[in-house]
Amino acid sequence: MSGLEDLYREIILDHYRNPRNRGTLESPPAIRQEGFNPLCGDEVIVYLEKTDEGNNEPKLVVRIDGRGCSISQSSASLMAQSVNGSTVPEVRKLIKDFKSLMSIHETNLGGEPEDEASLDPVDTDKMGELAALQGVVKFPVRIKCATLSWNTLLQAMEELEI
Amino acid sequence: MSSSASPRILNVDKIRKDFPILETSKNGKRLVYLDSAASSQRPDSVLEAMDDYYHTTHANVHRGVYSIAENATALYEKARVKAGKLINAPKPSKEIVFTKNATEAINLVAKTWGLVNLGESDVILTTKMEHHANLVPWLMLKEQTGCRISYLEIDSNGELILDDIESKFDGVKLLAITMASNVLGTIPPVKYLTEMAHKNGALVLADAAQFVPHRQCDVSDLDVDFLAFTGHKVMGPTGIGVLYGKEELLDAMPPFLGGGEMILDVTLEGFKTNEIPWKFEAGTPPIAEAVGLGAGIDYLTAIGYGAIGEHERGLLDYCSNSLKTTFGEKITLYGPKETTKRTGLISFSFETVHPHDVAQILDDHNICVRAGHHCAKPLMYRLGLSATTRVSFSIYNDTHDIDALIIGLVQVVEMLG
Ligand SMILES: Cc1ncc(COP(=O)(O)O)c(C=O)c1O
Repeated sequence: MSGLEDLYREIILDHYRNPRNRGTLESPPAIRQEGFNPLCGDEVIVYLEKTDEGNNEPKLVVRIDGRGCSISQSSASLMAQSVNGSTVPEVRKLIKDFKSLMSIHETNLGGEPEDEASLDPVDTDKMGELAALQGVVKFPVRIKCATLSWNTLLQAMEELEI
Repeated sequence: MSSSASPRILNVDKIRKDFPILETSKNGKRLVYLDSAASSQRPDSVLEAMDDYYHTTHANVHRGVYSIAENATALYEKARVKAGKLINAPKPSKEIVFTKNATEAINLVAKTWGLVNLGESDVILTTKMEHHANLVPWLMLKEQTGCRISYLEIDSNGELILDDIESKFDGVKLLAITMASNVLGTIPPVKYLTEMAHKNGALVLADAAQFVPHRQCDVSDLDVDFLAFTGHKVMGPTGIGVLYGKEELLDAMPPFLGGGEMILDVTLEGFKTNEIPWKFEAGTPPIAEAVGLGAGIDYLTAIGYGAIGEHERGLLDYCSNSLKTTFGEKITLYGPKETTKRTGLISFSFETVHPHDVAQILDDHNICVRAGHHCAKPLMYRLGLSATTRVSFSIYNDTHDIDALIIGLVQVVEMLG
């Protein structure tokens, strides 16, 4: 059971049952980006827009829609929670940390790392609730579930030209 | 739950001994394999036949004049006849083409018969419960030829709606239809629909990938024009599939892939195609796989479709009753209500737990089930689902497997429900 408990940590289950930042944003102006996991049919829809903060860095606003397994949906909720209200550089750092969290262990499992630069060790203490997703790496098939919303976020950011 | 309800049509304990993988265990839990619809396990006799072939006989077929090459050719052609007899093909030595799998068999028809015979004014009629293997080749053909595709609807039980069926055949040149749904288990009335198709001048391709493992398939009686099935679901190895086609149709079709074996003569200017079925078998074929498939067919037929069908119906009843009594309102089962109208599989979903999580937690119990869209996305859209969990049965499953499943599912619901 140890592996399973590591996968289905309390934080994950909490975000699955009570997803944060769920909903939609009017599009346009918001970007609406769909992501699919062809393996299991999971679907995540990311709504993304940036605020006007005058001379300061704009902040990102994100909402999540779609449906899928506990890992894809809780990861989306955790992602939205961390991204919402953050600036673009902060979000880029988050994405990098999250990818490291997933891919460091991919290399340990004998896979090729997706991106050499992402191999910096991550300080999970600083990641807050996001670190709860660490258990996923023991279940290689589920990594795609966990990364779905993040990849969709990246696409939405590209669309938003940020 | 008592296992005394175990249907005693088959001696499952004895059968299980023929499948070495079923003796394995993980963390002290024996393997419970409930995913035979994705791929069956294979008995020792299949592995031995393939080993024996490689140990004693292997050489390329239809080429060498030396005796092991002759023996290899004989074994390969014998397997072809076995595959043909299994589905009662009138001329098994001519009408059975070996392919890589069922998918390739269907693509072969689309890319040969389809390309030559279909144009903009033509319609391919199919259903909303097809596996992608019997859908995407036609969608590709639509792009190439401009033909149209229309769909027979299903009702909420997952059965085809046959009202006003005659009118559905307007302009139809081909009916491409599953003989058993891999998601719902539904067995559509293919014989009736074939009569209807022929009356309206259309041909019929039957996707029997999920039918041949469970039920006696008789192409002479059905009168279908093409039929496909796949080796790894009928106790055979991966890497081999079967296309049946009526002799005169196969004769008239252009070849599929080009290369050795499929030609009678080649010059710098052109080539002359070989006779059927070799015309469609370019290159070195899957010889050992054919031998293995032959052994799988022998195993299956020794048990007999009568017993297989009855055994599976027993498991279906036992499983659906157990699921319903244990989970009541929390669970939804899909597919026809009557077990006689379906093959041995059950798709279900829990309101609050995603199939991916179901399969993950069951894996911890060493129970193998399938979770996802089952390569039938249009059907999933039709059912308003993104995924289901599917359990499927074979001759080596018994009520203990289902009892284990229920125990696993109870934990699933406790953890995530
Ligand atoms: C109904 C149906 N048709 C076709 C196929 C394709 O079989 P294969 O992947 O061996 O080509 C499958 C396999 O899942 C199936 O269930």
